[in-house]
Amino acid sequence: MLTYTIRRLLLAIPTLLLISLVIFLLVDLAPGSPMSEIPLTVPPEVRLKMIQAMGADQPVFVRYLLWLKQFFIVEPSYIIDGWFGTNLGGDQQRILSWQSRAPVFDVIGQRLPQTLTVVGTAYLVGILIALPIGIYSAYRQYSWFDQLGTFFAMVGYSVPTFFTGVLFIVIFSVNLHWFPSIYDTTLKVTDWASFWKQVHQMALPVMVLALFNAAEISRYTRSSMLENLGQDYARTARAKGMSERTVVLKHVLRNSMIPVVTIIALGMPAVFGGAIITEQVFKVNGIGAALIGAIHANDLPMVQTLTFIFAVLIVLFNLIADILYGILDPRIRYD
Amino acid sequence: MPDGAAPVLDVRDLKTVFRTRGGEVHAVNSVSFDLRPGELLGVVGESGSGKSVTMMSLIGLLPSPPAEVRDGEVILQGRDILRASPEELRTIRGAKIGFIFQDPMTSLNPVFTVGNQIMEPLRVHLGMTKAQAEVRAAELLDLVGIPDAKRRLKDYPHQFSGGMRQRVMIAIALACDPAVLIADEPTTALDVTIQAQILELVKELRKKLGMAIVWITHDLGVIAGIADRVMVMYGGQVVEQATVKELFGNPRHPYTRALLKTVPSLSGGRASRLQVIEGQPPILTSDPTACPFRMRCAYAFDRCARENPRRRPVGPGHDVACHWDPEPAHA
Repeated sequence: MLTYTIRRLLLAIPTLLLISLVIFLLVDLAPGSPMSEIPLTVPPEVRLKMIQAMGADQPVFVRYLLWLKQFFIVEPSYIIDGWFGTNLGGDQQRILSWQSRAPVFDVIGQRLPQTLTVVGTAYLVGILIALPIGIYSAYRQYSWFDQLGTFFAMVGYSVPTFFTGVLFIVIFSVNLHWFPSIYDTTLKVTDWASFWKQVHQMALPVMVLALFNAAEISRYTRSSMLENLGQDYARTARAKGMSERTVVLKHVLRNSMIPVVTIIALGMPAVFGGAIITEQVFKVNGIGAALIGAIHANDLPMVQTLTFIFAVLIVLFNLIADILYGILDPRIRYD
Repeated sequence: MPDGAAPVLDVRDLKTVFRTRGGEVHAVNSVSFDLRPGELLGVVGESGSGKSVTMMSLIGLLPSPPAEVRDGEVILQGRDILRASPEELRTIRGAKIGFIFQDPMTSLNPVFTVGNQIMEPLRVHLGMTKAQAEVRAAELLDLVGIPDAKRRLKDYPHQFSGGMRQRVMIAIALACDPAVLIADEPTTALDVTIQAQILELVKELRKKLGMAIVWITHDLGVIAGIADRVMVMYGGQVVEQATVKELFGNPRHPYTRALLKTVPSLSGGRASRLQVIEGQPPILTSDPTACPFRMRCAYAFDRCARENPRRRPVGPGHDVACHWDPEPAHA
């Protein structure tokens, strides 16, 4: 398993380099100029100076190589500096956002916690709801519980989040006044009162996203459970005199979890990527919102860096999914 | 085998139906048999004759719905277990009645070690500690002829061959020293040499442990080799029952006779074509008021369509459910 992991990690390097090049070129092909949001009253020679100052006039391959160096050498040194108080970064040029002139990684550092709190909680809540529903639906197939679960899963999965988001705002915020409709990014949790406020403002976006996640995962859990409940080994376990609880929650569940865990792991990059639409609906100032803003402003370094980080996460969680698969299923041995 | 001893398992008028969209299917229809201590009862019949369903009905292993055990008595060691609660039945399964299934490739749970799976019934039924169960599990693996038993407890099912997995299944079934072992076509999925090894193993274990065995099969050759008594099933009913010698030497039911003719023989002098039983097994959608075999029977007469024959004795320990009497005096 270890050699397999190392081999996969090494293989990830050329994969990611190729992905980074493709991302860089594709984003660069997009029309528009970083100056498009600068007022027209700014004279052309000043504009040219600004473009030169940002390095946006350089040929694309120069910018690509510079970005590579900044992403893989400069930024990690700054991160290490931040942790250990060393001075590896020195005064090397970091990846700067064209829009805000701030280092891209600083922006990510500010935005990521918002996204992880909201989207991460939603994912967790979604999983915690989905597993019991999926398991019980399968165990009592075609019962009213199963029918109801199927109905909600279908609704949750097929209705887009921008619709459920607005719907929830109308119901819970406008009519019932239970939760605020706008997420206040500046809120700092310092005591119970502010914590309670944070929970309150997270409730709606978490509900919207958790419904969607739970719908998907409960379906996978249900079908996987159904497949395994009919297996011969489940009959063997019953013939051994095991209780229904042991049969379902030990023998069948362990086998059913193999594909479900893979799907959960593969869904993790999306948590970091944020839920672009939901963040917009509830004004959560997260990564998704940052990406949309950067695209609007032609902020190429920001878009390229964020997109590449998502690519890294996808490759990483693919590997994690494969490793989990090997741990859960003894028949799969990678060495 | 000891005749006259109190039966360890006594089944009376067992009826099981499956509720389907097309109506009720009478899969087991008034099946009665008994099993004496240490006896090996062979159950033969073609696919769909109700062999497996009968045995699964005994201990509540059929999924309900659609299955419903409607009537009858199952006396295990003097106690009616058909009316026992699901919880009571659970304590009987695996403890007093062991089960071996047809396909050893899928009957073991792929994600748990073999040791874990053998130890489960020991811990649940006998209340052993983990350490005790481990020692006993190693003994059991050794008993069923798996070399290096202690180390192999840590292996997963996929690390065993088909024959070895069936040995593991036997170890699990015998873990709690059951009074009855029900073997549901345990050698059908194995190739012939492995089949012979498993048969030898069961014979040997029976001598050592003395449990009674119900051996379900459609292979008459296997039955001839190991059974004391044979029960022939057709259409969810027992059509004939006799000792092995009597059944092979003096079959009375037309179905049994036909079945025996389908077995190839090495001793037959000239090459003769194997016989087949023409027609299809019946679909058991209605409560049978006629003999289920009459459509395929060469001897059927008008009474067979009017009345489902009851089992009647035709010799010591030999009974048959047929209106037709092959005795020349009545023919």
